[in-house]
Amino acid sequence: MDGFGISEGHEMKSKTIRRWSTVHTWSSLICTVFLLMLALTGLPLIFHHEIDHLLGDAAELKPMPADTPHLNLQQLVLAAEKHRPGEVMQYFGFEDDEPNAVIAIMAPTAGTEPNASHTFMLDARTGEALQMPSANGGFMMVMLRLHVDMFAGLPGKLLLALMGILFVVAIISGTVMYLPFMRRLKFATVRQDKSTRLRWLDLHNLIGVVTLTWALVVGVTGVISACADLLIAAWRNDSLSAMIAPYRDAPPLTQLAPATRLLEIANEVVPDMQPDFIAFPGTRFSSEHHYAVFMKGSTHLTSHLLTPVLIDASTLQVTAVAERPWYMDAMGMSQPLHFGDYGGLPLKILWATLDGLTIIVLGSGVFLWVVRRKAVKPLLEKAERVA
Amino acid sequence: MRRRQSNFWKVFATPTVIALFSATGLFAALLGDGIWDALSWLGLGIPSVLALRGLLQRR
Repeated sequence: MDGFGISEGHEMKSKTIRRWSTVHTWSSLICTVFLLMLALTGLPLIFHHEIDHLLGDAAELKPMPADTPHLNLQQLVLAAEKHRPGEVMQYFGFEDDEPNAVIAIMAPTAGTEPNASHTFMLDARTGEALQMPSANGGFMMVMLRLHVDMFAGLPGKLLLALMGILFVVAIISGTVMYLPFMRRLKFATVRQDKSTRLRWLDLHNLIGVVTLTWALVVGVTGVISACADLLIAAWRNDSLSAMIAPYRDAPPLTQLAPATRLLEIANEVVPDMQPDFIAFPGTRFSSEHHYAVFMKGSTHLTSHLLTPVLIDASTLQVTAVAERPWYMDAMGMSQPLHFGDYGGLPLKILWATLDGLTIIVLGSGVFLWVVRRKAVKPLLEKAERVA
Repeated sequence: MRRRQSNFWKVFATPTVIALFSATGLFAALLGDGIWDALSWLGLGIPSVLALRGLLQRR
C-alpha cells in the first residue's frame, strides 16, 4: 500500500514507485514542520530593509553637503569606543547604499560570539553613533534567530541543515513521483469537480513542479549557509593557520597600531577591489595579531566573493593576501541566492510569492497524507476483521 | 522502451522549459542591473504566474 494510491503508474514498475513514494512521504513529513517555520520566518526577512524603514528602525544619517570629508578609521574606532566604553571593536562593515556610514560591531571581548555583540552605525563624517535596534533585538531579530538556529546555536543550525537536506530529497523524490501522476493528464490540469483531494493533489503537483528550481536553489543555499560556522572553521584551519604560523608563539598584543590607513594598505595589494568589512584582531575572521580587511570584487558577480588581506596589527605590514578556498566562494554566492535581495523590489516580491507557494505545497502535502491515511485505515480494519 | 521515453518528455517537456526559465531568472540578476534584473523578474515570474493561475482558477 503506497502513500498515495496511484493507479496510473503501471509502466514504471510499481515496486519502484512505492519506494519513491515512501521516500517522498517520509522525507517531507520529517522536515515539514521545520520548513513551514523557515518559510514563515523567511517571509518578513525578505523585506527586512523595507520593514526597518517602515518601523523607523533604520538609522538615518543627517543631511550634510555631499563632499563632506570622512573621518579616518582610527578616529571612527575612537568614536565607537567612546560610544561603548569597556568594549572592543570586532568589525567595521561598509555598505554600498550608505557610503557615508560605517557599521560597527563591538563586544566585551574580540572573541565574543556574534549573538552577544552589539551592532550600530557610525556617521563616517562626524563619528556620531546611530542605533540599529533591529540588528540587536526585537521582532525581526526573533524571526532571524528562529530562521538561523532556533535560538539553539550550532546544534540548531546543523539540525536545520539536515532538514534542508531532507527538503532537497523530498523535492527530488517528488519530481520522480510527478511522472506516474501526470502520465494521463495535460500539464497544469487541476481537476476541480471530482473531490477536494484530487484538486489539492493536482495543485500540489503543479505548484511543486513549477517552483522546483527555485525551491532547490533556496534549499541548497540554505544548507550551505547553515553550515557557515563549519566552513569558517575549515577556512581558519586550511588557509588562516598556515599564513599566521610565524605568529604562533608571539605574545598577545597589548596595543594595536592605529586603523587609520588599513583600507589604503589593502587597496595597494588588491587595487581593483572594494572593502567589504574589516575583522579586528582576535575575531573569528582574523588572527590574534592581524587586522583582516575583506575585499570584494568590483563586478556584480564577484562582489559576493571576498578576499581577505591580513595586515600585521603592530607593524601594519601586509602579511598575506589569503586565497579563497572554493567553499568560501560557495558560501559567498549562497547568500544572495538564498535571500533574494539582488534584483530590486520586484525580485523580493517574487521571492515572497514563491515562498508562499512553497508553504502551500507543504500544507497540501500534509493534507494529502492525512486524507490518504483516513481512507486507508477503514480498509485495513476491515481486512483485519476478515482475517 | 521507446514508449517510455516519449512518455517522459510528454510529462516533463513543459516543466523543463519552466525550470530553464527559473534558472535563468535566478542567475541573471547576479550578473548586472537593468536588463539583467528584468530578465530575472521574467524568469521567476513565469513559475509564479503559472502556480497562481492554477490556484485561483475555479470552474
